[in-house]
Amino acid sequence: MTPNSLPASAPAPVQPVAQPANQPAAHGACATCVHARHDALRRLGVRAEAADFVVALLGNPNTGKSTVFNALTGLRQHVGNWPGKTVSRAEGAFETDGKKYRIVDLPGCYSLCSSSHHEEIARDFILFGGPDVTVVVVDATRLERNLVIVLQTLEITGRVVVALNLMDEAKRRGLSVDARALSRRLGIPVVPMAARHGKGIDDLLAAIVSVATGAYETNPHRVHYGNGRLTARLEPIMRQLEQLFPGLPNTRWVALRLLDKDHSMIQAVREGTLGNIEAMTARVMPRLDTDALQDDQPALVPEERS
Amino acid sequence: MQPLIQTENPTPVGATTLDRLALHQAGRILALGLEGAERRRLLDLGFVPGARIEVELENPLGNPRAFRVLGGVVALRTEQAARITIALENPAS
Repeated sequence: MTPNSLPASAPAPVQPVAQPANQPAAHGACATCVHARHDALRRLGVRAEAADFVVALLGNPNTGKSTVFNALTGLRQHVGNWPGKTVSRAEGAFETDGKKYRIVDLPGCYSLCSSSHHEEIARDFILFGGPDVTVVVVDATRLERNLVIVLQTLEITGRVVVALNLMDEAKRRGLSVDARALSRRLGIPVVPMAARHGKGIDDLLAAIVSVATGAYETNPHRVHYGNGRLTARLEPIMRQLEQLFPGLPNTRWVALRLLDKDHSMIQAVREGTLGNIEAMTARVMPRLDTDALQDDQPALVPEERS
Repeated sequence: MQPLIQTENPTPVGATTLDRLALHQAGRILALGLEGAERRRLLDLGFVPGARIEVELENPLGNPRAFRVLGGVVALRTEQAARITIALENPAS
């Protein structure tokens, strides 16, 4: 592994800022500060009923979503250093400032334009599960690739918090990430973390609360397609969707996927299950095992992380 | 039919394909000659036009090979790599 694993190029509209580490990480003092909010968090385990807010945990595989989930809920959802571990949704809850939050740990995915059935589960929840806040957990050592799903999420919802995880690993590799600059460019809170050492959990909690309650007004960076021909094609599809599925959220995004010939979206329209998250998940579940057998997709090479 | 969004540049003279790179040689992605789900998947994994790409690992048999792109490492078979057009970073080396 070379010390600087982030290439200099940045085709994504938002450029990650990576320089050699020379200043301390932003969260350094907070974890040990006497004002830390440790006692403000009440972990509720699986008691997720009657929540005031719903929080979704999203991100690439192997970025620490389940570690963050466990830190917030006190649960011991299986944590492991391999992709595909969380195959379906895991749910838990916590309480802070007298408000109850239901938190949903989603399977890892590279994209919300689904390629695998695991990714469909995550995508359907973000699109139709109505989360009040979506936390995108990103790997600070592979920031560029992780920003793909951040930007896609911002196309769907502005109520997003980025958990910039594995900052300890990034530092070890001589990378420092400017979380403030990233936050400014994305228009949402970006919280540096090392979740497996419990660092940054309090800051993440504060960011979730402030976005959920509206105390932090996000100003999400939007990808612009800047194309009149595309808009002209989208609008009739969106109108039809609104007629067929009244009250469906995110019709623009769904229409884009339909133009993209997304099979699972086309099928959900045909079956009339579009927007019905339980039906959509139930359809996907029996097929999860077959994903492992598909060999028409590029494989990811596991990388050492010790 | 003309695509609704044009993201890829015309292929310049001297462009090659990813399967022709030697180990540790690098280039920049110009275009993906793939469609549908496979194209989508590669875009999601970081094979985006403009990205720097380097041959990171080689199977002793030459197929598949692993490429470093956007900070991640992804393995492709030769047939897939042959569809990806790139510009060489260091034509001399």
